[in-house]
Amino acid sequence: MEKKPPKKLQAKHKSPRSINFKVIKLCSNHSRNKLKPEALILAKSEEQLLSAYGKTNGCVLTRDAGLGIEYCDSLDQNLQMVEKGTSLLKKMEISVAEAEKRTGKNAVNMQETYTVYLIEMRPVDAASEGTNPVPDSLWRRYSEFELLRNYLLVTYPFLVVPPLPEKRAEFVWHKLSADNMDPDFVERRRVGLENFLLRVASHPDLSTDKIFYSFLTEENGWKETVFETGFQAKADSRLKALNATFRVKNPDKRFAEMKHYGDELQSVISQLLRVRARAADRLYGVYKVHGNYGRVFSEWSAIEKEMGDGLQSAGHHMDAYAASVDDILEEEEHYADQMKEYLFYADALRAVCRKHELTQYELEMAAQDLTSKKQQREELATGTIRTFSLKGVTSKLFGQETPEQREAKLKMLETQIEEGEELVKERNAECEEFVKSAWVDIERFKEQKDHDLREALISYAIMQISMCKKGIQVWNNAKECFSKM
Amino acid sequence: MFTALLTFKKNVDTTLTDGSSFNASMQTSPASMINQYKFEEDADTKDIFVTVDNPESHVTAIETYITYRVMTKTTRSEFDSSEFEVRRRYQDFLWLKGRLEEAHPTLIAHPLPEKFVVKGMVERFNEDFIETRRRALHRFLNKIAEHPIFSSSEDFKIFLTAASGELTSHKKQGPGFLSRMGDTVKAVAAAVRGVRNRPQEFTEMQEYVEAFSQKISSLDKVTQRIVREQKEYLEELKECGPTYALWSQSEEELAEPLKNVAGCVDRCCKETEEQVKNLSDHLIPVLHEYVLCADTLKAVLRRRDNIQADFEAKTEALATKKADRDTMRNDLDKAEDRLEWANNALKSDWTRWQKVMRTDLRSAFVDTAERNVSYYEKCLAVWESFLHSQRTDAEGNGKVDFS
Repeated sequence: MEKKPPKKLQAKHKSPRSINFKVIKLCSNHSRNKLKPEALILAKSEEQLLSAYGKTNGCVLTRDAGLGIEYCDSLDQNLQMVEKGTSLLKKMEISVAEAEKRTGKNAVNMQETYTVYLIEMRPVDAASEGTNPVPDSLWRRYSEFELLRNYLLVTYPFLVVPPLPEKRAEFVWHKLSADNMDPDFVERRRVGLENFLLRVASHPDLSTDKIFYSFLTEENGWKETVFETGFQAKADSRLKALNATFRVKNPDKRFAEMKHYGDELQSVISQLLRVRARAADRLYGVYKVHGNYGRVFSEWSAIEKEMGDGLQSAGHHMDAYAASVDDILEEEEHYADQMKEYLFYADALRAVCRKHELTQYELEMAAQDLTSKKQQREELATGTIRTFSLKGVTSKLFGQETPEQREAKLKMLETQIEEGEELVKERNAECEEFVKSAWVDIERFKEQKDHDLREALISYAIMQISMCKKGIQVWNNAKECFSKM
Repeated sequence: MFTALLTFKKNVDTTLTDGSSFNASMQTSPASMINQYKFEEDADTKDIFVTVDNPESHVTAIETYITYRVMTKTTRSEFDSSEFEVRRRYQDFLWLKGRLEEAHPTLIAHPLPEKFVVKGMVERFNEDFIETRRRALHRFLNKIAEHPIFSSSEDFKIFLTAASGELTSHKKQGPGFLSRMGDTVKAVAAAVRGVRNRPQEFTEMQEYVEAFSQKISSLDKVTQRIVREQKEYLEELKECGPTYALWSQSEEELAEPLKNVAGCVDRCCKETEEQVKNLSDHLIPVLHEYVLCADTLKAVLRRRDNIQADFEAKTEALATKKADRDTMRNDLDKAEDRLEWANNALKSDWTRWQKVMRTDLRSAFVDTAERNVSYYEKCLAVWESFLHSQRTDAEGNGKVDFS
């Protein structure tokens, strides 16, 4: 069966930019509204906010563009709105507008076909002013996105780095092709890549990264710039470390819980995606079989006199019913994509926890090493041997050391202890710093996750409602036709 | 009494309302029969109500079988009383149908449920099988009761009223084995001879029946396939709810909406289950019966053809043979009468059958469409209540969601 070209996804499917307006205080006029004062408002646009507050009780909100603060006419407290958005997104609108196939020679000089994606940057003000200048744009392929993400992972190990859309299509149901060149897959990947860029651009720390900015602006030479940072070396050692097995003596309870949560999240979302894909497959079958009704009714109507018209028109509705499942399941794919993003986010979360463990472990190792060195010094100084050492045994066997030898050894130990103490202090600071930064981002991530997933569940309900409404309409129409049989 | 009849009527699962009146003191000569076939539209003259229920298992030394209770309520004068209750087994229904077809070879009798369902159920005493059969037997008797000719059959009356012993002895009184054999031989001979000048309208009928048979079989298969696919969908959907519930256990803020979604999915599962049952219980049996009807129609047309073939043979014989001309002419006259009677009976009953078929299938499909609408309406309500709960929640926490 011929595949119809993928619908260009509507704007509504574009992931929301997380520019939040936080209402800090309300003036006395506004507090008379049903919303509690100091209410936290998460609005997606100024219009939404204004529609809730703007015209009530005779207050007129005016915008102070420079400070991003709204003043209320009332004499009391001021309505303060702080844009939680990043400075990058305040200036530029980022999108992944197109996808194209290219052919070229790869690393081993063989012909290959790959897809490139067009990244567009538009200044924010231009859009609101009504002018439409040509956006800055450049083409990137998936592997370059991967390179960017790897760089971010290594450079900001304490942050939950937004995930990329999947490399290969997984959790497919039979209609979807697992082929990377499939137009539906490419289209959904385009949306996923845009989502990734917007997530990074709205992150308070990541959005200020220079490599990220040049990814968006410098088509040529960007790769070289990334490699020049030397992150590759760090990447290799990070990978090795993350995969190593080690045990931490005093695990941080919060991080251990987070890691456990990450495991659970990953497991349950995988299960959900699997089950959903299978159910989608079955639902497709149910709807499509109804198409056979259409065919048979039509054939039957040919041999009937009075029943003919009713049957024929009922048949058309059955065909419409069968066809409606395509749109329904396409919408469900977007829901699945939202879930997938958090499946991959779970991985990023676990990576942060793992990195913390590693940091903690290195601290413990350094502390352990210091303790043992101190003990050695003590033994050497007092002449008691409590710790087993090969030197101790050999000296027993081959005779004691000379006082000069002991002196030299003691001196070496002192230096080592000094260095060790420095290292422990360093590592401790590292650990504390890591914990502080990581925990801030984890809190931010939690809030984002709760908000996004709740939105996803709501949109799932809306989809189900839409599906039910279509069903009601079709079967009511069919009923009318049947009653004319 | 009248009120009792009315309440009784509600329990009877019949679809035909345009019952036809008949003359109770109708003579049985073929000539007068021809004139009697006036099928008037008279919806309120239903004067006999039959139900089939209460299946019971009987165990004897030789066999185990099921009997059904057959209850009759009637105001017809030829019945000795107004209420009857007897027990009948499947064999008895088969006997009745056979007798009706023998007496009226070109009238269209509603089909009986099959002896065994070939695919799937082998177990004759399976609850679902018994229930499906009971409903079909009920529909069969009601269709007979609504048939202008069949319902006045003596065999029908005995079937409804006689005690088991009486019925057995009456059954034995039927045409003897030898005479039945003779009829069969004649029928085979006629079939072999074939009919020469079949009137156009019966050829058209046959073509229609062929096509109708194909279409209705397709619809039966399509519907069964839908039921299968729905069942498989249900199996998968049943796993979704528990997955959301499991997830809610790891979450704090999200626990409530996740649990809510799990509940919604589970409720939709229940509705889907009911919807599948509806299709199986209501649409499929009707379609299946009309598949069997198509076979009945083919048999009726064959029998009519045989009667004509017999007449043609006798005509030929009279033209060629010299001896016994008087007897042969007598036979020929009888054969001609039989043929005329058969053709007229079939033509009238054909019209009646088409009306009944149209009504039955129309109401079956309308019913199915209504149930589907109701299914979607219930699911819609489930998800709308979820949305509502999320909106109220948001306002309660001071978070306003402008979705």
